[in-house]
Amino acid sequence: MSGVTLYALTGAALVGTGFFGLIAARHLLRRVLAFNLIGSGLFVYLGAAGARGGEADPVPQALIITGIVVALSASALAVGLIVALARARGRAMLPEEDVGG
Amino acid sequence: MTALVALLALPLAGALAAVVLPHGAVRGMVPALSVAMLAATAVLVAGLSAQAPTRLKLGQWPPPVGIVLEVDGLAAALIAMTALVMTAAALAALRSEQPAAAGARAAFGFWPLMLLLWAALNAVFVSRDLFNLYVGLELLSLASVGLVAIGGKPEALAAAMRYMLFALVGSLLYLAGVVLVYAAHGTLDIGLLADRTPAKPDALALALMTAGLMAKTALFPFHVWLPPAHGSAPAPASAMLSALVPKASFVILLRLWFEAMPDRAQDGALVLLAVLGTAAVIWGSLRALLQTRLKLVVAYSTVAQIGYLFLVFPLAGGGSAEMPWSAGAWTGVLFLALAHGLAKAAMFLAVGQWMAVTGSDRLDAMRGLATAMPMTSFAFALAAVTLVGLPPSGGFTGKYLLMTSAFAAGQWMWALVLAGGGLLAAAYLYRPLAILFARADAPGPATLPTRGMQAIPLCLAGAAIALGIASETPFELLSIGRPAAAEDGS
Amino acid sequence: MTALLPLLLLLTSLVPAAISFFLAQDSYGLRNALNLGGALLKAGLIVAMLFAVAGGAVYETTIPLAPGLVLLLKIDALALLFVSLSAALWLLTTIYAIAYFGTKPQQSRFFGFFSLCVFATTGIALSGSLISFFIFFELLTLSTWPLVSHKQDAASLRAARSYLLYALPCSTLLLVAIVWLESATGPVLFDETPDLDALDRSSQQAIFALFIVGVGMKAAIVPLHGWLPSAMAAPAPVSALLHAVAVVKAGAFGVVRVVYDVFGVARVTDLGVGMPLAVLASATILWGSIRALQQTEIKKRLAYSTVSQVSCIVLGAALASPYAVIGGLAHLVHQGLMKITLFFCAGIYDERAGVRDIAGLDGLGWRMPWTSACFSLGALGMIGLPPLAGFVTKIYLGIGALQAEAAWVLAVLGASTLLNAAYFLPLLARLWFREAAPDARGDERVPALVVPAVVAALAALGAGLLAASPLSPLGWATLITEREYLR
Repeated sequence: MSGVTLYALTGAALVGTGFFGLIAARHLLRRVLAFNLIGSGLFVYLGAAGARGGEADPVPQALIITGIVVALSASALAVGLIVALARARGRAMLPEEDVGG
Repeated sequence: MTALVALLALPLAGALAAVVLPHGAVRGMVPALSVAMLAATAVLVAGLSAQAPTRLKLGQWPPPVGIVLEVDGLAAALIAMTALVMTAAALAALRSEQPAAAGARAAFGFWPLMLLLWAALNAVFVSRDLFNLYVGLELLSLASVGLVAIGGKPEALAAAMRYMLFALVGSLLYLAGVVLVYAAHGTLDIGLLADRTPAKPDALALALMTAGLMAKTALFPFHVWLPPAHGSAPAPASAMLSALVPKASFVILLRLWFEAMPDRAQDGALVLLAVLGTAAVIWGSLRALLQTRLKLVVAYSTVAQIGYLFLVFPLAGGGSAEMPWSAGAWTGVLFLALAHGLAKAAMFLAVGQWMAVTGSDRLDAMRGLATAMPMTSFAFALAAVTLVGLPPSGGFTGKYLLMTSAFAAGQWMWALVLAGGGLLAAAYLYRPLAILFARADAPGPATLPTRGMQAIPLCLAGAAIALGIASETPFELLSIGRPAAAEDGS
Repeated sequence: MTALLPLLLLLTSLVPAAISFFLAQDSYGLRNALNLGGALLKAGLIVAMLFAVAGGAVYETTIPLAPGLVLLLKIDALALLFVSLSAALWLLTTIYAIAYFGTKPQQSRFFGFFSLCVFATTGIALSGSLISFFIFFELLTLSTWPLVSHKQDAASLRAARSYLLYALPCSTLLLVAIVWLESATGPVLFDETPDLDALDRSSQQAIFALFIVGVGMKAAIVPLHGWLPSAMAAPAPVSALLHAVAVVKAGAFGVVRVVYDVFGVARVTDLGVGMPLAVLASATILWGSIRALQQTEIKKRLAYSTVSQVSCIVLGAALASPYAVIGGLAHLVHQGLMKITLFFCAGIYDERAGVRDIAGLDGLGWRMPWTSACFSLGALGMIGLPPLAGFVTKIYLGIGALQAEAAWVLAVLGASTLLNAAYFLPLLARLWFREAAPDARGDERVPALVVPAVVAALAALGAGLLAASPLSPLGWATLITEREYLR
């Protein structure tokens, strides 16, 4: 197995795990983590895509760095919202999903 | 060229300045900034010519390494509409006490978020690089979520959180598509992608990106986040969110389906998009009929109106692309988008003024307000005329162009969607209008907004009407740089 | 300069409308001057054009909209017939309305929308293309709503809602018809009948039916007439506007345009849709009369009478023989003059004597002689008593029916005359031959209410007496028919 394939498979596994978390978790923090997993998986795959033809391609690296910054800001905002919501409601879940708990 | 740079840099700089400057200085800066933006927009639109669309290569790097910004008629028209709506919303927010009443933090947060939103919208309209579009879209979503949450009430926070989840799912789906495109073609520039050698993953990538953008555009059945989010934001924020934000992701959809990969537009997929649009029209309208809060009526109406936009896909894409009717469908849909933006912003600003007076947005609290606040009510009525698609309004022009092309294409069912949707809109907008116009039981409210304040929504609604009366100029503007797939085939 | 004339005609109503909205309630002088000035200016412009158009002049203005949407304004003989009717009646109604409203509240809104309605009606008359017709037709729908609901009480709002409930679905069908047609033919201009052969026969028939539903609603063709009687909740000047100046007239005018300028007589005959329309119009004539007979309120009886009378215009258009066309077009004016007289009088009875029900008319004739004389003149004209205006149209329609080989129409006309007599004569008998109730009141101390009624009644009388003159409504209708439809 070549390095590139390994990268691609790792990316796919991360996306899959994140996807599972997204569906299974109701706690908002877990969901945000799941998003980050999916995002990381995609970036790993993008990195692998950049290695085509053996020559190093700088574009994916630039994209990944930008993407990480974007994902970080999104996560920060999401976590901030979760904290505010948890303070207001007492629980870190959306009202319509907060059942039996 | 300078105008384009100003349109992107001014709001960004303004947003940063709004964070550090004292509150009074911000209030002084915002009108000046709006005037500057309007002027830059005018320069941009005036400088646009059919022969040479305004192009800007960032840092003089050519694609695929560099990023290209390009202003065509579609981008210019949306930038102009954004400038109008943003200026009106900013003036309304400056004059109303609402952000301040919601707490110092809300007042502090509103201006940076609003200016970020403006920058993000303009960036999305002019970007021709799929990843740059992703960044713009993310900035847009984050600013929007912030604006929804700004009131700080529990329901607003929950609505913002729900919006955030949809936006994140949408972003990831879109990003996944972008990654696939890059892996297959080694470029993300839309112009280069149009000339690519088609590859296997293209269809999957297009599907992923489309799904993500559908969630962000709030197309049925991904619309559930929209009404509570737009219903709980402060009125000026709702105006921007409802009028402008869904248009940004819709524009990316147009760029994908008509410019980047028109060859992948299978008839089945195009019809599916229009069927979802039809469902949105019906479902959004029926839900709007059932609401007892005016803001939710207006928000569900956005769900319905977004549905119309998706009728463009079977009428101008795929096999229709080379047909004589495609140009009409393309321009018609853009007319609808522009008219909806102006009218919807007018509606939310009007509702905001009534809420400030009555303290509630329940429909039965609005009784008799037409006598007390005739200008605002007239603005709401004019906006309703546009949304129903009655002449003479931009909504009518769009509807006429779309319906004619639907009949010409032999796809008359889409014309019936437009006709029926208009009737449904009349039904759900008639209720608030009749209540406003009824005689008040109690004496009118003591303090009323000034005439200048009432004129703000009236100007927006008037612009939506003017779009129909003077439709030749916008029509020609929208024709500049129209994608080949939507060019008149005859 | 002459290209600006159509625009100028529109502006004489649009400018007063736009300014009226922003006037304070107590600027009576300015508002009245604006509205009267606009009405006078328009009447003057029309008189100035009358002879030129009689000599064959045509004025037109094109305002380009998006491709396919041609806003064409054109003054030809038919346009001038309608626009001079509405301009003359607008002038009278403005005088009447100023007196009627006195110092009642919300006048700026009323006069704003009132002038806007007249603006839309003028636009309908001058429209030279199908799409401009539709634009003004819809504008009329919208600007009528605030007038019908002017009193802002529950009954008015119900009436206004009922109006929209009929109007909006029907106009949606009209739009579908227009779009369907124009997607095959391109923009339709009235001066050249479009070539519909790209569409198959059944599509053409369906489009015709959609057109008739779309414009027939405003002409109150049965079963689309329900909104008209309930709109009686509105103030008297609005009734005059609905029944004589603008709305039902726009509908009838629309039927004429559809039959002659969109489809053309030959195609209507070929498609076999003219006779069904004539039958529908006949049914409306009879049904409206029968319903009028059952009403005990004056205004309701007049409303059903309108339902019946307007379909005489439609009948003329549908029969499509030369005499029928002339009769129908002349009736467009005749009915307007007679009906506005009747509504002015009904409003005076209501305002000055507090009488709304037919039973209250007893003995009012001698108390309010001017009003009652006008009312009688209008009613006798409606019945078709020679030599009044109604008689002239009925004769022409009758001859036209024979030309069209539809002798059964004579029976309809005869029955309708009997029914008209049955529902109008008892009113006249009450006015002149009954004793007044002891507590009855009633005076005519507001000349601004009575004078318009007298002028309208005299005009109706003149239209009948001077029918042979080339500038009478009948003479003008003959000119239109010879010039436009019998080429």
